[in-house]
Amino acid sequence: MSELLRAGAAELAGRIATGEVSAREVTAAHLDQIAGVDDRIKAFLYVDGKRALAAADAVDAKRAAGEELGPLAGVPLAMKDIFTMKGAPTTCGSRILEGWVPPYNSTITDKLLAAGVVVLGKTNMDEFAMGSSTENSGFFTTHNPWDNTKIPGGSGGGSAAALASFEAPLAIGTDTGGSIRQPASVTGTVGVKPTYGATSRYGVVAMASSLDTPGPCARTVLDAALLHQVIAGWDPRDATSINAPVPDVVAAARHADVAGMKIGVVREFGGEGYQPGVEQRFGEALAVLEGLGAEIVEVSCPHFDYALAAYYLIMPSEVSSNLARFDAMRYGLRVGDDGVNSVEEVMNLTRGAGFGAEAKRRIIIGTYALSSGYYDAYYGSAQKVRTLITRDFDAAFANVDVLVSPTTPTTAFTIGERADDPLAMYKADLCTIPSNLAGNCAASIPCGLADGLPVGFQVMAPALADDRLYRLGAALEAELTSRWGGGLLDQLAESPSGAYLNVGGVR
Amino acid sequence: MSSAVVDFDDALAAFDPVLGLEVHVELNTASKMFCGCSTAFGAEPNTHTCPVCLGLPGSLPVVNAKAIESAIRIGLALNCKIADWCRFARKNYFYPDMTKDFQISQYDEPIAFDGWVDIDVDGETFRIEIERAHMEEDAGKLLHLGGTTGRIGDAEYSLLDYNRAGTPLIEIVTKTISGTGSKAPQVAKAYVSFLRDLMVSLDVSDARMEQASLRCDANVSIMPKGTTTLGLRTETKNVNSLRSVERALHHEICRQAAVLSSGGLVQQETRHWHEDGGYTTSGRLKSDAEDYRYFPEPDLVPVAPSREWVEELRATLPELPNLRKLRLQGDWGFTDLELQDVVNAGALDVIEATVAAGASPQAARKWWLTELARRANEAGVELAELAITPAQVAEVQGLVDAGTVNDKLARQVIEGVLAGEGTPAEVVARRNLAVVSDSGELAAAVDRAIAANPDVVIRIRDGHLQAAGALIGAVMKEMRGQADAAAVRELVLAKLA
Repeated sequence: MSELLRAGAAELAGRIATGEVSAREVTAAHLDQIAGVDDRIKAFLYVDGKRALAAADAVDAKRAAGEELGPLAGVPLAMKDIFTMKGAPTTCGSRILEGWVPPYNSTITDKLLAAGVVVLGKTNMDEFAMGSSTENSGFFTTHNPWDNTKIPGGSGGGSAAALASFEAPLAIGTDTGGSIRQPASVTGTVGVKPTYGATSRYGVVAMASSLDTPGPCARTVLDAALLHQVIAGWDPRDATSINAPVPDVVAAARHADVAGMKIGVVREFGGEGYQPGVEQRFGEALAVLEGLGAEIVEVSCPHFDYALAAYYLIMPSEVSSNLARFDAMRYGLRVGDDGVNSVEEVMNLTRGAGFGAEAKRRIIIGTYALSSGYYDAYYGSAQKVRTLITRDFDAAFANVDVLVSPTTPTTAFTIGERADDPLAMYKADLCTIPSNLAGNCAASIPCGLADGLPVGFQVMAPALADDRLYRLGAALEAELTSRWGGGLLDQLAESPSGAYLNVGGVR
Repeated sequence: MSSAVVDFDDALAAFDPVLGLEVHVELNTASKMFCGCSTAFGAEPNTHTCPVCLGLPGSLPVVNAKAIESAIRIGLALNCKIADWCRFARKNYFYPDMTKDFQISQYDEPIAFDGWVDIDVDGETFRIEIERAHMEEDAGKLLHLGGTTGRIGDAEYSLLDYNRAGTPLIEIVTKTISGTGSKAPQVAKAYVSFLRDLMVSLDVSDARMEQASLRCDANVSIMPKGTTTLGLRTETKNVNSLRSVERALHHEICRQAAVLSSGGLVQQETRHWHEDGGYTTSGRLKSDAEDYRYFPEPDLVPVAPSREWVEELRATLPELPNLRKLRLQGDWGFTDLELQDVVNAGALDVIEATVAAGASPQAARKWWLTELARRANEAGVELAELAITPAQVAEVQGLVDAGTVNDKLARQVIEGVLAGEGTPAEVVARRNLAVVSDSGELAAAVDRAIAANPDVVIRIRDGHLQAAGALIGAVMKEMRGQADAAAVRELVLAKLA
């Protein structure tokens, strides 16, 4: 069973397609792993084994009938609990949506199901994707498989932890300020934020509409590319989706070559506030890339220093509007409806009980920033900064093919450490936010351990040049895994501290 | 409760009214503004809904291209500039009929702006300047039950129908309209009437005020004569007929004049129009100005109509209804009153087509406004829906002009056509309706009538020519109406001369 869990999505799909193993066996193995370790990890909010096995059986039946299978048919996936799926509860990690079962599928859910991907369940997240640790989940905190006292990143900590604990070989997330990349970084997994508009937001519960970007999470660059290929593409139901061909990211992931690639190191992302071990691993990865024939140059993006401030005005502004609909009247939680309380009182009681502190904080900040008399100073100014950041990227990409930085300034911090310090928490997204503001694509690739915890290497590419992320990512991954004698997570699986995952002894 | 008012003439002697009109037009697109749901009126509640118009978490709006087209055509017809680039905005506020707790509207970047229209009232022309025409989505419909007023205040419970939620709306906002004096209520009515006709002629809306597919919010303030500082205004809602527009403004001017004349202050507020009693009551105060926290709708991309497209749409504009009316009135030689009757009867199109088919304008007017209006009224249909074409009406008139049938027979011809008996000529043949022109047969009938009425003959010979009517009547009766009464009269008088 361990080897089915340790195998990547590409390998599993190949073995299912040849009939060497059935989709049911693969799905059952992962359901068993969830049953075995999720009490400790707490990656899943909801698991539907019956539905997953039925989906796996459908793939097996298709294969038996001689029908052609898609490249990920039969491969299990952990879905962030922000995508709607008919018949499966969707909470976005919030008590206020407790009990809501959406009557429709997100576009990405439809694409996954059509591809024969087996959805195991819905993963934990910071409430409405607001946070960097899953501590803002209305239900529980997910634990980092590398060290259960540490956070798994956020908001997509559930998805990343599911990958790193071998509960699923694939996961899906959304990245508004780093919610795919930062969890990938601190769990030693691969996370990609595609170009804004390259993946449909239809059926993805909105946090900040102009920033939210669904994307793939996996343990290898190739697996992420295969998933990217399945979920990306124009969607007429999302007006902000881009009607352009999806770059051949799978080919790019298989063409692991950075010879001649010009790589710009963002000068602003380093120094004070960055963990020395993180900077060290980052520097070593640069040397690896240089050794593979890439040209490394330093690039300045002066307005990136203002990205965090601009983000914390634009994002809450949109949040304050997007979350208005959670008013207890039509779906989800309703508190205090005793026939005496007025509509307003029921709304107040429900929102008071249903929203967590961070959601309330952002609703209040956003409401204030959009208020008459403050709009220009806050929302308006932040939008100008956003334009300047986009220009920084444009100027940089005129000279280099990609930009790189550490994904996040530190390795996984301890649960509770930053819970009462929102600013410290926000800094986890310092390096990831600019790409959300500009809408370009970016990814986090594991580049080693610092003090025993994973470090992520961020690569950023121009809009619609998502293939460059995979080309560089695959090259870096290939060189590093060959030096390490396996992937970063193989080190966890084979180490005493990962023994509880019960997936050792395979390679 | 109705408030104190002063006499309208007294109000106008002391104050100048200033108007501002906001008209909401529901577009007649087949589907809603941001989703594919049907906009059909009158369906079972909550059947024309989907995740998008229900505002379910995760759903996203997509703009209806046809609605943009209609908005641009309306803007062009109102002599507006059309934006090169504009955006939708979120208007954030709570009301139970809104599914997302914000409305997708337009704020500082409307699709059309800076236009004007000329409105005629009693031969005087008033230029109404258009501030903007912008796109937005309609809300759902609330039905307040258990109370006495049907309003939310005293309802026990309310029912919600989201079928209307997301229906495309165009809101047309005028700049302030001043200088209309005592004609202010009439100008407002004429303007809304103009918009209604315009929407119909553009074929962008049913524009039925009774179905709320055209709604008017009437803002009015008054300022003491000789001053130029605008007074505080009220916005009267629930004005859902042309007559109400005029009456509501008339009332508001009188009410505000009473308030100011007694030393009071007009509250800046919305007011609710009561059609039955003809008065307004206080709605919500506007002084605690709501902050809608507008910001550009991030789920939609900007609308950037190309200049070529705008020009293509300009070429599709029909002749404006008011210009067309003037042209037809000149061509037909109708008096103002005659034209007004025609317009009120909705007979402009059918009369134009009947005239085009060869009938004289007066004859066409006569048929459509009398016999055919009566029959349409009986059948409860529009004139154009009657089973007779304008060309057939012209043909009937042609039969009259040729002396083939008289007026009375012509009505039978029309009856036959409406009954599906064929063309007018076929009906004449089948019902054997042609007047008898054989003078021998007529002469014999006249002789019989003279013989049967010696007393009448004496009176005619004594010079009482009007007595001939009795003989003519007898002849017409014998001929079953199929004779030309004038010819019979000539024959009678000739025989007795």
